[in-house]
Amino acid sequence: MKIFKRVLLTVVILAAGIYCGKLIFGRGSDIPAPMPTYFSQSTEPGDSVGIGAGTITGKIIEVKKGNSIQEAVGKASPGDLIRIYPGVYNETVYIDKDNISIQGVIENDEWPILDGQKKMNDAILYSGNGVLIENMKITNYKGNAIMGQAGNNYVIRNNWIVDTGVYGIFPQFGKNGVVERNILTGIEDAAIYIGMCDNVDVRFNEVYGNVAGIEIENSRHALVEFNYTHDNTGGILAFLTQGLPIKTCYDVIIRNNYVYNNNTKNFGAVGSTVSHIPAGTGILIMAADDITVENNIISGNDNAGITITDYAFAGVDHASDPESEPNSDRITLLDNFMSNNGNNPIADVKALMATQFSKLGPDIIAVGGGIGSCVINPSRYRTFGLNSYANCQVRDTRSIKTYLLDKPVMPRVTAQIEKGKMTYYGVCSGCHAFSTRLVGPPVNVIQALYKNNPQGIVDFIAHPIHKRDDYPEMPPQNYLTEETRKAVAEYMLSITK
Amino acid sequence: MKRVIILLTLIFSLILIVVALKSASDKNELTLCNTCPPGFELTDENVCKLRSLYQQYESVTGNDPGVGGLKTALPTVRDGFTPQQIDLGRYLFFDPVLSKDGSVSCATCHQPSKGFSDGLKTSVGIHNTKLKRAAPSLWNVAFYKKFFWDARSTSLEEQMTGPLYSEDEMGTTREQLLETLNDIKTYQSLFHQAFPKKKSTEIELNEIYTALTAFESSLISLNSRYDQYAHGYHEALSHEEIEGLNIFRSFVARCAECHTPPLFTNQQVAVIGLAEPDGKALDPGAQQTFQDPSLRGAFKVPSLRNIDRTAPYTHSGRFNTLREMIGFYSAGRGHEVAKNEKLHIHWHIWEPNLTNYEMDRLVDFVKTLTDESFRPQQPKVLPSGIAIDKPITSQALWSIQQNTH
Repeated sequence: MKIFKRVLLTVVILAAGIYCGKLIFGRGSDIPAPMPTYFSQSTEPGDSVGIGAGTITGKIIEVKKGNSIQEAVGKASPGDLIRIYPGVYNETVYIDKDNISIQGVIENDEWPILDGQKKMNDAILYSGNGVLIENMKITNYKGNAIMGQAGNNYVIRNNWIVDTGVYGIFPQFGKNGVVERNILTGIEDAAIYIGMCDNVDVRFNEVYGNVAGIEIENSRHALVEFNYTHDNTGGILAFLTQGLPIKTCYDVIIRNNYVYNNNTKNFGAVGSTVSHIPAGTGILIMAADDITVENNIISGNDNAGITITDYAFAGVDHASDPESEPNSDRITLLDNFMSNNGNNPIADVKALMATQFSKLGPDIIAVGGGIGSCVINPSRYRTFGLNSYANCQVRDTRSIKTYLLDKPVMPRVTAQIEKGKMTYYGVCSGCHAFSTRLVGPPVNVIQALYKNNPQGIVDFIAHPIHKRDDYPEMPPQNYLTEETRKAVAEYMLSITK
Repeated sequence: MKRVIILLTLIFSLILIVVALKSASDKNELTLCNTCPPGFELTDENVCKLRSLYQQYESVTGNDPGVGGLKTALPTVRDGFTPQQIDLGRYLFFDPVLSKDGSVSCATCHQPSKGFSDGLKTSVGIHNTKLKRAAPSLWNVAFYKKFFWDARSTSLEEQMTGPLYSEDEMGTTREQLLETLNDIKTYQSLFHQAFPKKKSTEIELNEIYTALTAFESSLISLNSRYDQYAHGYHEALSHEEIEGLNIFRSFVARCAECHTPPLFTNQQVAVIGLAEPDGKALDPGAQQTFQDPSLRGAFKVPSLRNIDRTAPYTHSGRFNTLREMIGFYSAGRGHEVAKNEKLHIHWHIWEPNLTNYEMDRLVDFVKTLTDESFRPQQPKVLPSGIAIDKPITSQALWSIQQNTH
């Protein structure tokens, strides 16, 4: 019997080892391709795509094995859909245009794969508004799978992301976006990292085997719902990080998620914030305000189910920032199902447990300052540090279905005259003044030459020719669009001082 | 048509001659400029308001301005000064009479031809005093909320009292400054032009500060080739430069996390873990400003606009080239930190292990941030009568603009 037990134990350990090994090293071909439960395969103009473009208004560009996605992006105009067929693509794709949709075509379980071969930094970078990225498998990059900077109205869905370096999906400075139905694993920081964004829904994603599953950082109005976060170091995080230009993180709802067994050893880069997260962290709220945690299943997280803290506790040693308020204020803990958390807490938590003579670690632990927080019926959980928490007046967040805006963020409509003015003063005035000579001829002289002829200016400034010996040749202004050149020509002809 | 052109040219030449004669005869009667510097529109209220293509991206419903991305609105700008205040500021800026012995002007350390820095590792003040830190560029200071490497000032007016009254820099005092300027007839007249509503006949300190602030706030650089790319003209950058841009904003190199477009600074202080040159003691930087040990060795993130013009780099002038500077970031987190120092190095400083090729492309990219098309003219004569050397001709200005295309 004893031998049998020993054999069994060995087998179990071996099996666990293989499982873990696969988790960490083998995120490859032997794992069957996940089939998205829902995905769009738009094929015709008028089909619905992202929230920026709304529908495909332009052409459909097809990219097949052996061709370059970036080349297609270069050819694309706002409103176009780029469809990527199965095959391996080794490139970095950047999208500095608005309303571009990238859609993988999955045929017979075969995905289009962006593979950085561990040499390339990022798979997809975008700065445009209204960008859609879906149905792509992305693997072996060093930086990110998908990183956005300042693009609003983004949709990132149905992507399968395996070991893409620091982050998986990372929209930064974007307003009004959705990250849904993605599967991410093997990321050394946050798999889904919502950084300095506003109005975002993160839902139906599966994140496992990462240091951090889902991180909402210095963002406002975020709904994190219906995600499956398991076997990370930490499952779901809401942080206010110091030293960033956005100084607040508030109004985050963490609801209806399954936060399970987040006990993976921390493999974060030295110095990163998440490298301080103890393995076994279910949900972690640090210095963020107005966070609601509701109706989640939080189970098997060995350090603590929910941790609420300021900067002092997590061992984070960032330089302080007088403009970032360090406490987690107004945390609302509604009904959650919690079981089997805190089986193997870190020393700091054990010390706190000792003060309550508890041998079991916490479902919920709150340390540091903070005001206005509340919890419903805390006696059903093992809690530490919730003495100052009131009974919540709010019972649920049912009224909030989404944090997406009713309408996409619209670009400012710049009237033609205003555009002309911005261009004239913003660009032309370096060389042209109204009645005095700077580098080029005065505007009143130009006005006399081009009276009632703005098109003459539009054409000339795109391809100037040297006309006058007493002036240097004008450099071409062909980087301004025809429309902008027209606006500035008309404005130039209209000014009187 | 031809006749019209000849006629116009004649009229124009005549005007020029008249203007030239007039200015020659009124040598001591300087008149302040009544038009705004480039980049600004003169409003009906006689103030200069900034106009830039980046204002197209301002949006009530959009994300916060100035924190990154290509088509991003600018942070709030300091504008609304009159053309006369800006022009008076220009005279003051170049005039060494502001210093204790008439030897140092603002432009001594902030030279227009050197990106409004001075090309030195650390600056040199009055009596050839070697100063502690490098002179920061003044381009786009109109958008900044903190000044000095250690972020110890929150306005340009406050900032300038540093160098003006420092014994090592310009060495003057409030009393001496007022006395000197009030003794110069031309300045009295200029201050009345710039501040027509002033009640006192005397020049006042806040007028000096306002005028200098007005001039410094007019130094706008937002028309580089990078900006053309950002506004949508993708041919503005070469293939190598776009590769550099992608490395710049990637999360491996992480340059764009602190040097955020459009200003290429996020205006925060950060500890990067730089050793001082020649084994000097560590400059505590913002630790002193905020009395916070966690900010030991923290400095303001400098803008990269016109960075190609402002070598050497860092607060102590540690690196002569951009390539060396980038090499520092790639060489690993904390590799220069002394053993006895506990620094709270910014989390973005890590081990990106950039290849030589990548570092070269980064240099290519940051060199596209050069734009000096709005560089102001140095005054030909100064109200104090002190001689000024090397005026910038319009020809020289032109050649700079050529470089940006």
